[in-house]
Amino acid sequence: MMTLKVNGREHQVDADPDTPLLYVLRDDIKLNAAKFGCGLGQCGSCAVIVDGKAILSCITPMVLLEGKQVTTLEGLGSVSEPAPIQRAFIEEQAAQCGYCIPGMMMRAQALLLKNSKPTDAEIRAALEQHLCRCGTHMRILRAVRRAARLMEAADASSTTNRSAQ
Amino acid sequence: MLIVGVAMAFAIVWRPVIPAIDPPAPYAFDAALIKRGRDLAAIGNCNECHTVRGGKNFAGGLPVPTPFGTIYSSNITPDAETGIGQWSEAAFRRAMRDGVNRKGEHLYPTFPYDHFTHVSDEDDRALYAFLMTRQPVHAPSRENQISFPLNQRPVIAGWKLLFLRRDSYQPDATRSAEWNRGAYLVAGLAHCGACHTPRNALGAERVNAQFAGGDVDNWLAYALNDRSHAPVPWDADALYMYLRSGWHPDHGTARGPMAQVVSNLSSVPDSDVRAIAVYMADISGTPTPDRKQEGEAALAQARSPSQASQTDTAGATIYVGACASCHETSRPLPYGGVNLALSTAVSSPDPRNLANVVLSGVSAVEGERSPIMPGFADSMNDAQMAALLNYLRARFSKQPAWTGVEKTVADARRAVTVYLQTSAGPRNAPADPTQRDKP
Repeated sequence: MMTLKVNGREHQVDADPDTPLLYVLRDDIKLNAAKFGCGLGQCGSCAVIVDGKAILSCITPMVLLEGKQVTTLEGLGSVSEPAPIQRAFIEEQAAQCGYCIPGMMMRAQALLLKNSKPTDAEIRAALEQHLCRCGTHMRILRAVRRAARLMEAADASSTTNRSAQ
Repeated sequence: MLIVGVAMAFAIVWRPVIPAIDPPAPYAFDAALIKRGRDLAAIGNCNECHTVRGGKNFAGGLPVPTPFGTIYSSNITPDAETGIGQWSEAAFRRAMRDGVNRKGEHLYPTFPYDHFTHVSDEDDRALYAFLMTRQPVHAPSRENQISFPLNQRPVIAGWKLLFLRRDSYQPDATRSAEWNRGAYLVAGLAHCGACHTPRNALGAERVNAQFAGGDVDNWLAYALNDRSHAPVPWDADALYMYLRSGWHPDHGTARGPMAQVVSNLSSVPDSDVRAIAVYMADISGTPTPDRKQEGEAALAQARSPSQASQTDTAGATIYVGACASCHETSRPLPYGGVNLALSTAVSSPDPRNLANVVLSGVSAVEGERSPIMPGFADSMNDAQMAALLNYLRARFSKQPAWTGVEKTVADARRAVTVYLQTSAGPRNAPADPTQRDKP
């Protein structure tokens, strides 16, 4: 048994230490946003955030996660209350089949956490290891740029609110 | 006596200005000559140092870290003001042969003129034609960061006196034409020894340790002579395939600074790559029976059924969960991972290269099919990665355990970051995304 912290909750998980995080998320905790694509860390659809950084959960064994915070797409927002990154992807209609999108969003979220105003080159470099077979790349890029603006606006309004209080 | 001394020093240090010319028009050069120059520039790997990530081709500006300070590569486009646009062919040839720029200033040997001095007049002419017909780029050179007294260029004249041998290549009549062609390219333009030969305290290649392995940008450039740590000994065919395609089933995939080298060699005449392979195979020599046997054993281990279920240590557990899905499958190279029993990185004297690859992976080459490997910098801390590397060493090589692996990983983490920011090598950050954003 090991304790895994996901989206702010602690889960007791009975898994071998070499089990990939993705299997535990999907099979044990029933969080299905992260997708199984290739199982080889080559497509990016399984990306989640661990301690602020995007990692590929299909090639991250449980032994590496002790004491760490895992965030999946479910932890960012919900259908009724989408996070800025989710809102941006909806508003830009950046998904076609949508299989790669959770991974793309988690990678973009990790990028925006450390770089609130990324250049196009930086967005492309960050998303380089994510594959999309439908070809919505241009919309995905627009969505990331939109998310950056949404986050900035949210930051600005929260600052204003604070100063008003 | 004093006058003689001053005169001698003057003769050693002073080089005349070669008069500026108007940049020649592109049509002043013969197309076939330009094409040959293109191939030679690829063999010379010129773009690796003279282009920065996201920058224009051959416009220079790459910081090259040396034990003596940081030296920035120069702009070798035909821009009149900041490049070599005003250089005559004689000025270009003097730079290649003597390491002196048009204005008569000595160049630092980071520019490997200790090799280029062996390049023939004919090849210099072709290289000149190629470079003078590139797009001129206005890019002023960056200030080198070297402290006194090495920042005084006349000091370089002393270095040359000690280490620069200005002889042209002398063919060995007892060898084949192919071998001689390979020897000429390797000693000269391809400058393989610049990375693969260790350097002395003054930064010159050690003549008595040719191809014994050297350092470049926090990578270990493997020994290519009989001290090679490749689990399976190299031969001419394997070298040829590796240099031509960037991978070989018994050795794995080129990465780090070598990725750019093989990327360049994929486009040059077949006969030249073959010649380099034939010569280098001779340098590495015929393997001893023991060495051959070890090679067979490594191949046998690579073919044997996976033992990836042993998860008794943290390193083994990480290997099974993070590495084995690619490195112990039946998927062939280059898209599958090499069995690590065949990996030179795992068998080499220090774990630098292994740390570099595990940290940053091998990224896709833009617009081309290429082997890829994800990096693990964000999913493993230094201690976890050290545990993994120690496990790989113990399980997949016959060599003694490494020491100080965790420190090597920490150092590599810093160095990889710098490398990824500056190198224009095939790391696949788009140079100009605005161009491609258009529908």
